[in-house]
Amino acid sequence: MSKPILEVNNLRVSFKMYAGEVQAVRGVSFTLNKGEVLAIVGESGCGKSVTAQTIMRLIPTPPSYIKPGSSILFDGKHEITKLTESQMEHVRGEEMGMIFQDPMTSLNPTMTVGAQISEGIRKHQKVTKAEAMQRAADLLTLVGMSNAQERTRQYPHELSGGMRQRVMIALSLACNPKLLIADEPTTALDVTIQAQIIDLLREIQKKTDTSIILITHDLGVVAEMAHRVIVMYAGKVVERGTLNDIFYNPKHPYTWGLLRSVPRLDSDRNNDLESIPGTPPDLFAPPVGCAFAARCPYAMKICKEVDPEHFDVSAEHSSACWLMHPEAPKVEMPVQAGRGSHG
Amino acid sequence: MAEDYILEVKNLQKHFHLSGNRVLKAVDGLNFSIKRGETFGLVGESGCGKSTTGRTIIRLYEATGGQILFNGKDVQKLNGESRQKFYRDMQMVFQDPYASLNPRMTVGKIIAEGIDIHGLSSGKKRRERVSELLNAVGLNEEHAGRFPHEFSGGQRQRIGIARALAIEPQFIIADEPISALDVSVQAQVVNLFKKLQKERGLTYLFIAHDLAMVKHISDRIGVMYLGKLVEVATSDKLNAKPLHPYTQSLLSAIPIPDPDVQKQRKRVIPQGEIPSPLNPPSGCPFRTRCPHAMDVCAATMPSFKEVEPGHFAACHML
Repeated sequence: MSKPILEVNNLRVSFKMYAGEVQAVRGVSFTLNKGEVLAIVGESGCGKSVTAQTIMRLIPTPPSYIKPGSSILFDGKHEITKLTESQMEHVRGEEMGMIFQDPMTSLNPTMTVGAQISEGIRKHQKVTKAEAMQRAADLLTLVGMSNAQERTRQYPHELSGGMRQRVMIALSLACNPKLLIADEPTTALDVTIQAQIIDLLREIQKKTDTSIILITHDLGVVAEMAHRVIVMYAGKVVERGTLNDIFYNPKHPYTWGLLRSVPRLDSDRNNDLESIPGTPPDLFAPPVGCAFAARCPYAMKICKEVDPEHFDVSAEHSSACWLMHPEAPKVEMPVQAGRGSHG
Repeated sequence: MAEDYILEVKNLQKHFHLSGNRVLKAVDGLNFSIKRGETFGLVGESGCGKSTTGRTIIRLYEATGGQILFNGKDVQKLNGESRQKFYRDMQMVFQDPYASLNPRMTVGKIIAEGIDIHGLSSGKKRRERVSELLNAVGLNEEHAGRFPHEFSGGQRQRIGIARALAIEPQFIIADEPISALDVSVQAQVVNLFKKLQKERGLTYLFIAHDLAMVKHISDRIGVMYLGKLVEVATSDKLNAKPLHPYTQSLLSAIPIPDPDVQKQRKRVIPQGEIPSPLNPPSGCPFRTRCPHAMDVCAATMPSFKEVEPGHFAACHML
């Protein structure tokens, strides 16, 4: 059993707005072990990106506030929620790296690729400018770019979307971080380029044994990369488990809905896709009971009144749903989710 | 010809002239036909010309060359009344539900705009028609008085669909109608498209980059690469027996939400990137990334031929 690199405990983040308080993250807990890929899945507005950005303390206060009682313990020694900004600067970049969704807007258009990568290296390590540039070129080679020396002198606009995302990855790896957070790393890319980037991330993960938090809404990408998965809905974790738990033995009705609403190459065209009716709740005023109850076909009276705790299926697998309670009526998973043959 | 084609596209070309005498051949010689009542999916990666194709068909762009026959009539030669009639029969649903609805108009006004332009009804009848359309797309009539910003992405896309339906078109071009939506909402909108097709006998040209979703909704699929069609087949055939190397790699690049299958499958992911359409490769456009490229591929563009009945592909290996 490897040591956890990151322990998040009861993380709650709110945004104070003119119209009131948006409770974006409402008590998220998870651990990430060394060398592991943890996927956070959920739809837009479920709080997955806020969780990730809070781990790197990238969201300014105000408007965001980490609520008392929240804890993010990194590498067994840094309590992220309590670090000052200058302490955080050492952690960020040096020990944690982040890959953003949109490589078009997250690189600096006025700096060459080499200058952007070496900037981080020079900030955190005592090296000369030339050494940092050389390291930048090495990193570009690592992420599969040919003519790396030449590339360091190019500007982002001279590169394609896939190449820019490779630069982003090189940038995040510049100081050999222990933790890499990839926030929708392939969403903006075409599918053949996406496949190349996923292969690259997997290869790098194996080579460097970095721990990765992968944030995505694409269950296909999860199936390719992740070891463990947490499913978020309306600012909370509704189910957590290993990759196989989530795909082959999911317990939460929201996870069922997610798995079934993805079209598959082998699905029958004459049948409707299963969709989840309705829309997620308004987090200005989250519901009292289970946040999913309003859209859940199995909702009982208690679901609308009391928010369920996590019920354990096994040591690694748990689901926050009243159906898991021993006295709840037995509900079978509607169709087999995940299994099937593909062309 | 026995088949009843609602739309026939013959050697369609759309070239954009850029500064410095450069020509971008966004669409370069497309041939396909769409049968009445079917859904034709058009897939390809960004920059392949699929959206330009849709926009040229509905005359948002003027075609550079080729013919578009809609109900047997050449679309580009229409004028006056016949042109007005054409716009009643063909409508479009756009990709971005945030940008394609006028924020200063109420939903009722947005939906009824086409009705007003074509003078189809007014007063009480017009109001009834708007409520009926809202109900058809799963919204309710109180929504008519609200503004677009009060709705979620999925609801806005429903409004866009209601607007397209308002003048009872025969043919709808849907340009990436679901790619801006969340997964669970995508399924709702796709199901709505299918339901409306069944009820109203609509024909769709469904443009998207997500092959799995296109496969789910389409009867036949055309695959585009760099302004050219590389393969056309029925949806099931394309999935079971893709003939063109590009289609094969496109299928194998789709991540499958099933970890066991994912581990077992062999993938052929094309190396490199899509060449710039400003400077496309000679011969076959895919040859620079194709694992089977031969000398002949660089020399001549393979013809688009019927390999099996109803299954077309453009590759020298066939």
